[in-house]
Amino acid sequence: MTAARGTRTSQFDRTAGGDLLPSDHIDTVDDSTRDERGAGEASVGNLKLGPLGWARWFWRQLTSMRTALFLLLMLALAAVPGSLVPQHLSDPNGVTQYKLDHPTLYPILDKLQLFDTYSSVWFSAIYLLLFVSLVGCIIPRVKHHIDAMMAKPPKTPVRLNRMAGFRSVVAPEGTDASAAVAGAQKLLKSQGYRTVVLDGPRGEKSVSAERGYLRETGNLVFHIALLGILIVVGIGGSFGWTAQRIVTVGQTYVDTNVNLDSFNPGRWVTGENLPPYSVTVNDLSVKYEKANTSAAGEPLDYDASVTATRADGSSYDAHIKVNHPLRIDGTSVYLLGNGYSPVLTFRNPQGKVVASGPTPFLAENSNMLSQGVVKVTDGLSKQLGVMGVFMPTAARDANGQLASSYPGLNNPRLSLTIFSGNLGLDDGVPQSVYELNADHLKQIAGPAAKTPALDLGVGETAKLPGNLGTVTFDKVERYASLDVHHDPTQGWVLVFAILILGGLLTSLFVPRRRMWVKAKTDASGAVTLEYAGLARGEDPRLDEAVESLASAHQSQLAEPRLAGAGTPSEFNETKA
Amino acid sequence: MTDTLSTISEIAIYVVMGLYVVATALFALDLAKRSAEGSATTTVRSAVERRAEAGAAVATGGGSANAATATLVRPTESARAGSAGIPGSSRMLRAAMTVTTVAWVIHLLSDVTRGIAAHRVPWANMWEFSLTGTLVIVGLFLAANLRWDIRWIGTFILGLVCVLLMVAQVRYYVPVVPLPPALQSYWLVIHIMVAIFGTGFFALGFALAAAQLGQSWRERRQELSLPPVLPFLKSLPDALTLENLSYRVNIIGFICWTFTLIAGAIWAEKAWGRYWGWDTKEVWTFIIWVIYAGYIHARATRGWRGRPSAWLAIAGFVAVMFNFGIVNVFFHGLHSYSGLTN
Repeated sequence: MTAARGTRTSQFDRTAGGDLLPSDHIDTVDDSTRDERGAGEASVGNLKLGPLGWARWFWRQLTSMRTALFLLLMLALAAVPGSLVPQHLSDPNGVTQYKLDHPTLYPILDKLQLFDTYSSVWFSAIYLLLFVSLVGCIIPRVKHHIDAMMAKPPKTPVRLNRMAGFRSVVAPEGTDASAAVAGAQKLLKSQGYRTVVLDGPRGEKSVSAERGYLRETGNLVFHIALLGILIVVGIGGSFGWTAQRIVTVGQTYVDTNVNLDSFNPGRWVTGENLPPYSVTVNDLSVKYEKANTSAAGEPLDYDASVTATRADGSSYDAHIKVNHPLRIDGTSVYLLGNGYSPVLTFRNPQGKVVASGPTPFLAENSNMLSQGVVKVTDGLSKQLGVMGVFMPTAARDANGQLASSYPGLNNPRLSLTIFSGNLGLDDGVPQSVYELNADHLKQIAGPAAKTPALDLGVGETAKLPGNLGTVTFDKVERYASLDVHHDPTQGWVLVFAILILGGLLTSLFVPRRRMWVKAKTDASGAVTLEYAGLARGEDPRLDEAVESLASAHQSQLAEPRLAGAGTPSEFNETKA
Repeated sequence: MTDTLSTISEIAIYVVMGLYVVATALFALDLAKRSAEGSATTTVRSAVERRAEAGAAVATGGGSANAATATLVRPTESARAGSAGIPGSSRMLRAAMTVTTVAWVIHLLSDVTRGIAAHRVPWANMWEFSLTGTLVIVGLFLAANLRWDIRWIGTFILGLVCVLLMVAQVRYYVPVVPLPPALQSYWLVIHIMVAIFGTGFFALGFALAAAQLGQSWRERRQELSLPPVLPFLKSLPDALTLENLSYRVNIIGFICWTFTLIAGAIWAEKAWGRYWGWDTKEVWTFIIWVIYAGYIHARATRGWRGRPSAWLAIAGFVAVMFNFGIVNVFFHGLHSYSGLTN
């Protein structure tokens, strides 16, 4: 047993094997008197603690295993609510819906930051405390571990029989103690141990060996890499940006913040220096399942053929698919959605084209029933607002309602509800291109008007009521919904993730152990050999290791020439 | 062809379920037999006797005062006698293992035919995940028995597998359908396969932790000279051995889980444009990871080794099951690959 040390310099205690770990770590020396003293420090009673004493006490608590464990379990618990209610981050529409569905509960949960669980004060507090605790734990351990790696294996214990796997064997007659120990040292070295040969107080020779420093290294790497991820993710959020852009086939988008439909910069991103490449969507091919009746109409493949042009003018063709983003100029372009853009042409009564072009419609269901809004501001006697419903394969459902029965273009139809009046676009209030505020508009074709909604197939033309002109449904194109992301720290996160895995593997599977072989010569000259080991951390095979060392050593001794292989000068060599 | 093969797969799985039920019954009968023998030979020794023995053990250097590792504690003579008192192998047990092995081979066949029918790895929806997951659980149980004799845990493992398969059959079955674009990636093979193995190891670790808790309850009662409980546990290894075994299995599961988390993040970046977005499934995978991280810490924290850490291993596996059975089906998220239409 290690004797209790007189002074303690930190909240960490040495293990039986000498590791520096939090005082309540299972491998630290269980010394009840010490614990009592620790309790005395904590419970104030008649003992007064100064501010520094309290700070030290608090720090000690924070970096203890028990606190780390408590914080870990709190973290697991605190992460749960974020999966129960929709989050702004992953499901903003869900939050809006939740607000509508639970008008009384919503404000309370919102106050509790439950819709932003993972950036909430309480969640952040838990993980920050956890990481402070972690830092407080690993800094002294790193220092200690570096020292340990420089140091020689410790002295051989006087009584090996208290150690694991102890066995004692009388050596064959004529065995020399020094030679036997040298042989054992050789064996241990070949097994990757650091060794030192020592002379005991009663003339016994011994070799003390230690291996598995990688275990603590791996453990520290694991924890430091976790810290690394936290820091890098924090930084990445400030320097990255994301953007969305809907591109109808045939169109091109330029990667500048004005050209993107939405742009979400990190804290330190201005959006002015985006790499100005451009991407043209030449084609978007979508395949749906036809043969398998269990999955009819399920999408099988989305494939956008694009031409990418870099800032320097060089261009190349590429494909963007769901699991295959386009990596260009430090950004990644993902194909995250698709839909139909009906191409409409509006003509005035004289037949002059006043507006023409594709309008992206947003899909409402898996059969791609889509809705969109077209605004005609100039060229007609009144401004028009058009709400369209597009069905790629129009069919009457069981209730006689017109619906889409298949996502592919088998029978494309467009139903237009038309409003006239002032669209309010000149008021300077920004409007969504996907929404039409019909409050101040007059419905001139649709369910609330005399003229029913205009129903058009591809190539068909309909007259606008009130002799406003005509609308033609020329054709329908597909569009690709592209997400453009830039995250400069992503590579670092991956590096740290790999370090986490590597650190974990070594810290859990490399056994750290000490091994001793001692040769005692008694008065008659007979040599007794003692073998024992000490586990430092989990080491289920220590016994086996001692046994196999002992038997290897025994068979080595049975061949006298090998046993005496070392020269005397080698005996005192200490380096591993 | 697809239809024929998937029909073969379905019929085979019914056979497998039947055989697993038989195996569970045989394992249970074996436990009952041990129970009977255990209580028949029970002679409650006095606390004085045991204390004397414990003292002797300490004196010979096998004491647990310095139990930095389990290896320092040698099984006391009484523990050895306890496990040797009842034969580790009965006819019932051998029959149970044979039935399990045969069933497992058919299970493998069922899984492989499903894969061939679908032209891909058989773990792309919840039914296939259940099919392959239970295959791996039983496979790991059989494999673990090549190394350690943990056949006595068969009732628990096979019972669990029966329940899982039945729930899957009733709730999760879907016919073979092609892969949606989001799943068309080699990460499907890696990410899910490692997740399945992680789940399998956790299941085994869970069973061992449960056995450990039962054993430690029995041991404590014996310590206090209370009437004996769960006599079949007498023929099992002591709580400490079970705990160490459970730990070894669980850390392998934890490593698989860590890998799955990382692989999932890499895949998410490719498929969804971000490596981490607190999707419900990501959240629960993270929660499970943290629980098992807590378990490993608990094992290293004074006062938390033993029963408290075993409870954490159990909580971890409950979370794994919750993540699969509940989060997949009822929680809104991007991992909606169950193939079920609500």
